Amino acid sequence: MGQDKLKHYEGVLSAVHTLEYPYTRSVGRVIGTFLAGLREGRILGIRGAGGSVLVPPSEYDPVTTESLTEMLDVGDTGVVTTWSWVEAPRAKHPLQKPFAWALVKLDGATTSLLHAVDAGDEKRMKTGMRVRVRWRAERKGGISDIECFEPAEAKS
Amino acid sequence: MSTQQGRPLPDPIKMVTIPSRLDYTITPGEAPTRFLRGILEGRILAERCPKCGKVYMPPRGSCATCAIPTKEQVELSAKGTVTTFCVVNLPFYGQAVEIPYVCASVVLDGADLPFFCLLAECPVEEVRPGMRVEAVWCEPSERKPSLENIRYMKPTGEPDATYESFKEHL
Repeated sequence: MGQDKLKHYEGVLSAVHTLEYPYTRSVGRVIGTFLAGLREGRILGIRGAGGSVLVPPSEYDPVTTESLTEMLDVGDTGVVTTWSWVEAPRAKHPLQKPFAWALVKLDGATTSLLHAVDAGDEKRMKTGMRVRVRWRAERKGGISDIECFEPAEAKS
Repeated sequence: MSTQQGRPLPDPIKMVTIPSRLDYTITPGEAPTRFLRGILEGRILAERCPKCGKVYMPPRGSCATCAIPTKEQVELSAKGTVTTFCVVNLPFYGQAVEIPYVCASVVLDGADLPFFCLLAECPVEEVRPGMRVEAVWCEPSERKPSLENIRYMKPTGEPDATYESFKEHL
């Protein structure tokens, strides 16, 4: 909005308004186990049809619709399959500095998980780059127990 | 269930609380700002359409029918007529008023649109369309630029308005 326009609106009221719905919901056995795993610092997937490994896990196979039960640990390192750079994070974003939203295919998984990657600089982001989980010190059983991913070379 | 690797699985988490929250900055615009500044003084400043004569309370700054600005301000009294209402009997999160209570559509005298408000100082079973009501305002020290300055409407004790007098405003 240009300065002229702002001047025009001088004297018009504005106020902060927060709308909040405090949803509590049951997550079911599979997601419940996945979340409990995160609290332990583990990432659990589920065996899908044809030997696929779905991470995050789902209760039913997306192709055959068969019920799935076999959960398994996958690695805490993986590969960025696609990403989008966030230059100006919003208040509710997981990182308060520029970061990437990325789909990360963890080692041992067939599907990708959406999370933040703290690469420091957009120039470091590449499709195919290896990343590693950065765990939060205090974990509560939620997806934010993974603070973010970071380039795997950084610590190896 | 156990993992293929043999490591026991953790006990599943059963419930999660995930607040869904949206932070807005609301800018009501020029006409509602004029209206809300009036409300701060305990005045109800509606606006009349110069073409069809319809009086908007609260004003939107233009007439929805004629699509032209409504510049003429009309000060209304805080008295009106209940057109429709509902009795709230269910408790819910964030509820500010003790149940049962009444939410009513009230058309102020001289206005052409009803507005939504609480109705109190009246047994819920006695509320009816056509009932004459008036505003109970907050103390001037408590006022904000909000329609909440009208704490609720209460019966005036006047004879009911006829259906004919408010049927256009249902």
